[in-house]
Amino acid sequence: MEMNFKIFRFDSEKDKEPYYSHYTVDAEPWERLLDCLNRIKWEQDGTLAFRMSCAHGVCGSDAMKINGRCALACQKLVKDYQGSEVVLEPLPTFKVLKDLIVDLTPFFERVEWVRPYLIAAGFPEKERLQSPEERKKVDEVIRCILCASCVGACPVSNENDKYIGPAQIVQAFRRIFDSRDQEKTERLKQLDYPDGVWACVNYFECTRACPKEIPVTKSINKIKREIEKLLR
Amino acid sequence: MIFKHDVVIVGTGLAGLRAALEVADEYDVAVISKVYPTRSHSGAAQGGIGASLGNEEPDSWEWHMYDTVKGGDYLTDQDAAETLAKDAPRAIYELEHMGVPFNRTDEGKIAQRAFGGHTRDFGAAPIKRACYAADRTGRVILDTLSSEASRRGIRVYSEFNLVDLLMDKGRAVGLAAYELATGEVHVFHARAILLATGGFGKVYKTTSNCFANTGDGVYLAYRAGIPLQDMEFVQFHPTGIYGLGVLISEAARGEGGVLRNREGRRFMEDYAPTIKDLAPRDMVSRAIITEIRGKRGIDGRDFVNLDLTHLGKQKIEERLSDISSFAKIYVGVDTSTDPIPVSPTCHYMMGGIPTDVDGKVLDMNNTAIHGLYAAGECACISVHGANRLGCNSLLDLVVFGRRAGKMIRLDLEQADWPDLIVNPEVKSLIKLKGILNRNAGEKAVHIRNALQTLMTKNCSVFRDEKGLRRALDELSTLKARYENVVIDDRGKAFNTDIMEAAELESLLGLAEAILVSALARKESRGAHFREDYPERDDANWLKHTLIQRTDEGRRVFYKPVNITRFEPKARTY
Ligand SMILES: Cc1cc2nc3c(=O)[nH]c(=O)nc-3n(C[C@H](O)[C@H](O)[C@H](O)COP(=O)(O)OP(=O)(O)OC[C@H]3O[C@@H](n4cnc5c(N)ncnc54)[C@H](O)[C@@H]3O)c2cc1C
Ligand code: SF4
Ligand code: FES
Repeated sequence: MEMNFKIFRFDSEKDKEPYYSHYTVDAEPWERLLDCLNRIKWEQDGTLAFRMSCAHGVCGSDAMKINGRCALACQKLVKDYQGSEVVLEPLPTFKVLKDLIVDLTPFFERVEWVRPYLIAAGFPEKERLQSPEERKKVDEVIRCILCASCVGACPVSNENDKYIGPAQIVQAFRRIFDSRDQEKTERLKQLDYPDGVWACVNYFECTRACPKEIPVTKSINKIKREIEKLLR
Repeated sequence: MIFKHDVVIVGTGLAGLRAALEVADEYDVAVISKVYPTRSHSGAAQGGIGASLGNEEPDSWEWHMYDTVKGGDYLTDQDAAETLAKDAPRAIYELEHMGVPFNRTDEGKIAQRAFGGHTRDFGAAPIKRACYAADRTGRVILDTLSSEASRRGIRVYSEFNLVDLLMDKGRAVGLAAYELATGEVHVFHARAILLATGGFGKVYKTTSNCFANTGDGVYLAYRAGIPLQDMEFVQFHPTGIYGLGVLISEAARGEGGVLRNREGRRFMEDYAPTIKDLAPRDMVSRAIITEIRGKRGIDGRDFVNLDLTHLGKQKIEERLSDISSFAKIYVGVDTSTDPIPVSPTCHYMMGGIPTDVDGKVLDMNNTAIHGLYAAGECACISVHGANRLGCNSLLDLVVFGRRAGKMIRLDLEQADWPDLIVNPEVKSLIKLKGILNRNAGEKAVHIRNALQTLMTKNCSVFRDEKGLRRALDELSTLKARYENVVIDDRGKAFNTDIMEAAELESLLGLAEAILVSALARKESRGAHFREDYPERDDANWLKHTLIQRTDEGRRVFYKPVNITRFEPKARTY
């Protein structure tokens, strides 16, 4: 079937203003939107720039705005977009570098800021023990692929560039609720400020956008409750 | 620009990162990668990482070593397999200490599950040896190592593509890399270089591999005159989602899933009576193709079914949720009620850059090349022989990545700074400008599609002389066409167009190495099955293939297999 695309274009080397390009490609209903993008790039217009790698929703490279919603192009199928033109735009809140490629440096810097690693002293001879119930607490958040869809979708992140961001809180959650981590209190204190967890006002847009179905908002709220329980 | 670091590591998969962590405390180490570290394809690994922890049932490293050797159809170097199996428990505990969120047993230990070709008591029955975190094992190990790397302040150059390996007087002196954001070619001058660029499944049409897996590190080593080892051994994973190649992990069968043909029959009972669906991948892939050729594919078509419906919703949710979501998203299948249509997909390269067990790259005389190391899927130690077992790759990455790091540390105590060659970036600039300034010609996509089709048709699960010769002929035409490759993008920022054209050179060169090695080996062993030579022939072929580009042309030669404990025997399961 024929698919029509309207794609955001901007190249800081030569363009003063962004504009949109229109493309038509043949695609099978079961194909991914990423397959269409590749075909456009390979066959029609090699200047179109976007990131991608795994093509099945595990590397986090190709988050973008698809018809107004943040998502991975490799997870969306042609059959669900039949009929009207598909509009592809770069992930909001981030600076556009070229076309659909945005500058993710601040995103990764903020992830680092939450210290996304286990902090625990001492190494037993074998593994540290952890019950299946304890381990289950992080089962959902370990799915995060750092795609930044949630940040792009979050109305708060879009308005307030100081907000630490949903993905970063998910990363912090993974350590806060890991029974092996010894910095729980410090980690909670770190997020306990107006632009930390308290900036979130439950729009649930992050949860809707997350391609790995992580209950992002619920996780943020769980941290808020933990702060009230342990720090107040 | 010229960057100078004691150690430069190419690749931020598990192999590259684990090596980097080993040297970071003592030396200035930088890692460069095509993609952000957490986007590396190690993150796609699903099923597990093997070690004889014995957390679920008694296990021993000897059994693990035996399985690795037999799984590799006795082409495995047994000193390497011994190192792998013995060091595995330590490596897993280390990952746990770093924070990897493994699933747990009721006692709170690391949970383990069954995987293809892993057995107890030297082949008696399947054993639970794969440690796992749901079906996202690679993802969480990659997260852990990459955040550990940033915690230690390791310098990462993301979206830098290796485009040339700089060698001088038989020594590695540096490399050239293309910075995607700016279009600049930079030179990295180093005392030690480690290649950890992963696999190159993109040589084939249908693959579980990502777009970054074009094997540039392996190809550039080959281009620099370094031999490549055992390139004919290409693993086809039995269960890729039909048509797409997206992987459905062996863990699905490890948890009890079974393959069925159009009659609903569990056909693996006919091919591997003892361990059935958990036979090694080469055997299962051949069985599937044999079923399909016998018109027993589903509806007589070219796929079979992977049936998980009897596992129950809870097990699927807890242990196989990612693959279930792939089935749902890409083929609309609910795995708890319907089977997944699957067929073999190109998955893993057993061959690659020859190294010793400490990551040192070996030249044609089997002596170490000064300053050059390799680890991970791009290397061939050879610990996987003619066929890798599931959950042995992730293990290989952390065991041999660490060993390579240790060796680099040791070597750097003495290694001086090599002189950089004059105009080190010139060769890369000429090549890239050649593409950039060409006005008429053919787009990369056509050549790449033709290459992938020709490799898939002639050099997949089954091969024969006629097909391989035809493929080599066609390949030379494609190489000629590549000389006229054109691109649209003349810009500097994020010119992925030119990088994809450059990667095509890697794919073409690696296809050559695979085809020539496959044509030369006149026997069937592991993943290399020649229909015109269907038997394994230890008398003549129990040896590693090496292929090298020299001034006089391609040269194929061989070296012996290291056999210490297990004499080759017939391989039945
Ligand atoms: C879908 C899937 C599932 C798997 N599941 C399992 C499993 O459960 N258990 C198991 O043991 N194994 C599994 N494997 C195999 C295993 O994951 C891989 O063999 C392994 O991850 C390879 O790791 P690596 O570190 O060698 O390379 P990768 O993780 O592939 O990393 C390669 C790195 O090199 C970089 N690179 C490549 N070319 C260049 C260049 N030109 N310039 C700069 N950088 C470059 C890339 O950016 C990347 O950072 C699986 C493989 C796949 C595809
Ligand atoms: S929480 Fe979800 S949307 Fe946000 S970065 Fe992680 S995977 Fe992406
Ligand atoms: S390309 Fe990897 S998530 Fe889409």
